[in-house]
Amino acid sequence: MGLFAVFEAGLLKMRCHLVDTLQQVGGQLSEIYPHKPIYDIPGYPEIKAQELIDRLMDQIAPFNPGFTLGERVESLDKQEDNSYIISTSDGNKIHCQVVVIAGGLGCFEPRKPEIDGLLTFEGKGVEYMVKNPENFRDKRIVLAGGGDSALDWTIFLSDIAEKVTLIHRGDTFRGAPDSAEKVHELANKGKIDLILQSNLLAVSGNGKLKEVSFTGRDQITKSIETDYLIPLFGLSPKLGPIAEWGLNIDKSAIQVDTFDYSTNIERIYAIGDINTYPGKLKLILCGFHEAALMVQSAFKHVYPDQKLSFKYTTVYGVNAF
Amino acid sequence: MINITIEDRNGEQKPLEIPEEINLSLMEVLKASDYNILATCGGMALCATCHVQVLKGLDELPEPGDEEMNMLDTLPDAGFDSRLACQIRMNENMEGMVFRIRGDEQ
Repeated sequence: MGLFAVFEAGLLKMRCHLVDTLQQVGGQLSEIYPHKPIYDIPGYPEIKAQELIDRLMDQIAPFNPGFTLGERVESLDKQEDNSYIISTSDGNKIHCQVVVIAGGLGCFEPRKPEIDGLLTFEGKGVEYMVKNPENFRDKRIVLAGGGDSALDWTIFLSDIAEKVTLIHRGDTFRGAPDSAEKVHELANKGKIDLILQSNLLAVSGNGKLKEVSFTGRDQITKSIETDYLIPLFGLSPKLGPIAEWGLNIDKSAIQVDTFDYSTNIERIYAIGDINTYPGKLKLILCGFHEAALMVQSAFKHVYPDQKLSFKYTTVYGVNAF
Repeated sequence: MINITIEDRNGEQKPLEIPEEINLSLMEVLKASDYNILATCGGMALCATCHVQVLKGLDELPEPGDEEMNMLDTLPDAGFDSRLACQIRMNENMEGMVFRIRGDEQ
């Protein structure tokens, strides 16, 4: 939805900068269901989610937006002139006149298993993603999970780590068959330890992770000494820092005025799945409509001295900048 | 009518009566009945946020498909009786079944 907002804003000569916690643009469409067909985009009897994103990227290219990807917006700081400086998780700051939250269902965060001591050792041996594989070179690693990412990282890390152990709840893997076969092959060759039908129980250590314990189907508890535990149980959307910004929230969605999709805070708007209002429908086409109305209102903050006159693209075209 | 029982995250069980011709998934029925269930992907078996445990009647349900099984494998707390509510189509064979809601909250 953010992408189409860039287009609508561009028609009014407002340049945008997009920030997304994911590594690529496109939100849910690119991250969750890129290959699924969508049937209710006007003018397209059928279009795959990623193709729609690709076309939106083509559509906004004339308006030359900036991108900050793989970083989460952590805070919004209102300035004396009522503009905002937003700060990202990597410490980048972006100055803007208006903030539009098109955050879908929020930030996709790793799903955490409910085991004793997990939170204590986050960043001290417990990692939820492999950002820099070199950190794991010659280390002992326990991975947990049975999905594609658990399989893929087990295979990858088996080449660089001192020891890799994969703990899986089930007795088979239903993910990509090639990856599952490779994992079994590595286990048969003794390159990794594969522990099936077992559940994580607890982590322990002294300031740093030292041990992971688990129980098998026989209910016997065992433990492994390790440098890292990487639980890979998929992603779950969370509202994240947005909940701390003073916005009116109803069931993890931001309440907006349907006149212009403004929130309770001036210069902050919310469009798409992240907002809520009476009659809200979580449809892509509804989000497009919200974006179009939102920019009409945002204009007065960006160009307070100018009068907005409505123009059709059929008459004036798309004027790049 | 199809009569099932839903156990919420607090362990409270309530009966739910659903018209036989409804043609919805269990996830859609739960959402329509105001149960707090995230169902991020809207029913495509792509997110596992509509995870339920089948406390009674598991054998009456059709076997889960590959996509559902694959998603269940990603969950840390899934058991042998876990299913994705979005992949269960309501039908009269479900009479008397009991489901416990496990997936992420909104």
